[in-house]
Amino acid sequence: MKTYTHPRFDYVRSPDQDSQQPAHHALIIVGAGPVGLTAAIDLAQHGVPALLLDEDNTVSLGSRAVCYAKRSLEIFDRLGCGDAVVAKGVGWNVGKVFFKDRLVYSFNLLSESGHQRPAFINLQQYHIEEILIRRARDTGRVDLRWQNKVVHVEQDAQRVRLQVDTPQGAYALTCDWLIVCDGAKSPVRHLMGLESRGPVFRDRFLIADVVMKADYPTERWFWFDPPFHPNQSALLHRQADNVWRIDFQLGWDADPEEEKKPERVLARLRAMLGERDFDLEWVSVYTFACRRMERFRHGRVLFAGDAAHQLSPFGARGANSGIQDADNLSWKLKLVLEGKAPLALLDNYSDERIFAADENILNSTRSTDFITPRSRVSRTFRDAALLLADRYPFARRLVNSGRLSVPAVLVRSELNTPDAEIFAGRMVPGAAATDAPVAVNGELRWLLQCIGGSFTALYFAAGMSELPVEAASGIAALTLDRISVDTRVVVEPGNPIELPPGVMKLEDYEDFLIQRFDAAPGTFYLLRPDQHVCARWREFDLERVRRAVLRATCND
Amino acid sequence: MKLNIEPNLAAADDFYERLIAAHRDLSEEQSAIVNAKLILLLANHIGDMDVLREAMEAARAGVA
Repeated sequence: MKTYTHPRFDYVRSPDQDSQQPAHHALIIVGAGPVGLTAAIDLAQHGVPALLLDEDNTVSLGSRAVCYAKRSLEIFDRLGCGDAVVAKGVGWNVGKVFFKDRLVYSFNLLSESGHQRPAFINLQQYHIEEILIRRARDTGRVDLRWQNKVVHVEQDAQRVRLQVDTPQGAYALTCDWLIVCDGAKSPVRHLMGLESRGPVFRDRFLIADVVMKADYPTERWFWFDPPFHPNQSALLHRQADNVWRIDFQLGWDADPEEEKKPERVLARLRAMLGERDFDLEWVSVYTFACRRMERFRHGRVLFAGDAAHQLSPFGARGANSGIQDADNLSWKLKLVLEGKAPLALLDNYSDERIFAADENILNSTRSTDFITPRSRVSRTFRDAALLLADRYPFARRLVNSGRLSVPAVLVRSELNTPDAEIFAGRMVPGAAATDAPVAVNGELRWLLQCIGGSFTALYFAAGMSELPVEAASGIAALTLDRISVDTRVVVEPGNPIELPPGVMKLEDYEDFLIQRFDAAPGTFYLLRPDQHVCARWREFDLERVRRAVLRATCND
Repeated sequence: MKLNIEPNLAAADDFYERLIAAHRDLSEEQSAIVNAKLILLLANHIGDMDVLREAMEAARAGVA
């Protein structure tokens, strides 16, 4: 490759390999891709050391997952590497849809202000992995072992036993919990005789990464039936280092080996890009499936990312949903490891992320049916929608070039305490908290930098000169509970209200928070460690908050 | 049933003539596109998913 040199991570012999008895670890993670690394860093930040095994000795060989959604960036922020990802990536909010030789419409995925992160950044997967590996090492709690391939797995009620192959032979390990993030083909899933089921789509796509200096704006461009690639679709994305990702739909009858030949790829690219200078960086031909495992927890083994569920690429829901799996699982596993929550909380991980996976599969299947119509009449309706979209806004909502990844709203989760009062807006129990600008001690911060990691809460006190007695004592009491809750008090700018020691004051200087959370003085929101709302009330009541914490940890 | 299946066209013959005229001189393929656009425009006008579902079921009934 011309713009990137893959790092080589050395295999290092571990003392575990010379141990008489299999060495025991509380937690082992298989697969150092974006999902396994996210889980390892998150748990390390929670104080849980993680052993991370990877069969390879470098990062992703191709650019692969390149679109990272706002929610993933927010999770990376919580893990302490959001800035590094955003600095290296290319941010974008606008998408354009073309039909034949015409622009049909454009859309803005982040049309409101007051968010720290853009709707998406594009960044090659190898860059993401490098940043996450650096961060994992910085935690000091992640033991990353390269060229360690799991070749045997078995478990009983007490522990999981692994056989791991290395360049110096095999060795045995045991652990309390195994997180499997080893990708769509998941060797560990196969070793365990488990299946991921769903339809394989009869179509082939060519991905080409091209290095060029181009003055196209940083936007997502999608073509239906363009003159340079008739009867098929094409997609253009900018990545870091002047690398551009181009996807061509090829159809089922295309010969993958023929299509990968440079002269063939270059001819397609010249038809699209004209006579400008460009270099071919990486090419791949792929087919895809939409499928998932029946459940993501099997005893002491937990599956996450592509190993658990696989999606079509339209909508950038693969890596993004896997990162959310890790975000969802880490805090739950930590509470279980500490004996503060029952195993039911891990079944809830499976329930919540299956709900999300089904939403992602539904969306990506619908996109696939629109982009690659499977019948003549389906093609006719698609073209009709595209022809109308030019002139009629209603038809733009029918055009589906990929419904881009947004976090699942876990409305059906058993961890939610149902609303007892009337609230408007999007911050329903189950929703990931939305961002907003706040001031802390006179400094500009963002809400999502101030919540999460553990249970946190927002108490809205705009206009109050002091906290009501019950709220003040209750907020203090919650910090001492077995599963503690740290409350942030939200006030209007300049409110000098005195708060109990250690309670953070957030100044809501443009009313973003009050509006986005439909809050009034006295409103209280309880947020899970992954920043999802789990309960809210119009008035603070210590016992109700405590019951909601028990419910959100399967302790009720 | 929410779908109005009572006679509702004030001048049924006029409507029918216009519908056929909308396809004058078009190829089969072009006609198919016009029909599809027409369905999408009318569906948006109706908006009510129950009505649309009942209409789709009524249209398919007896065909397959």
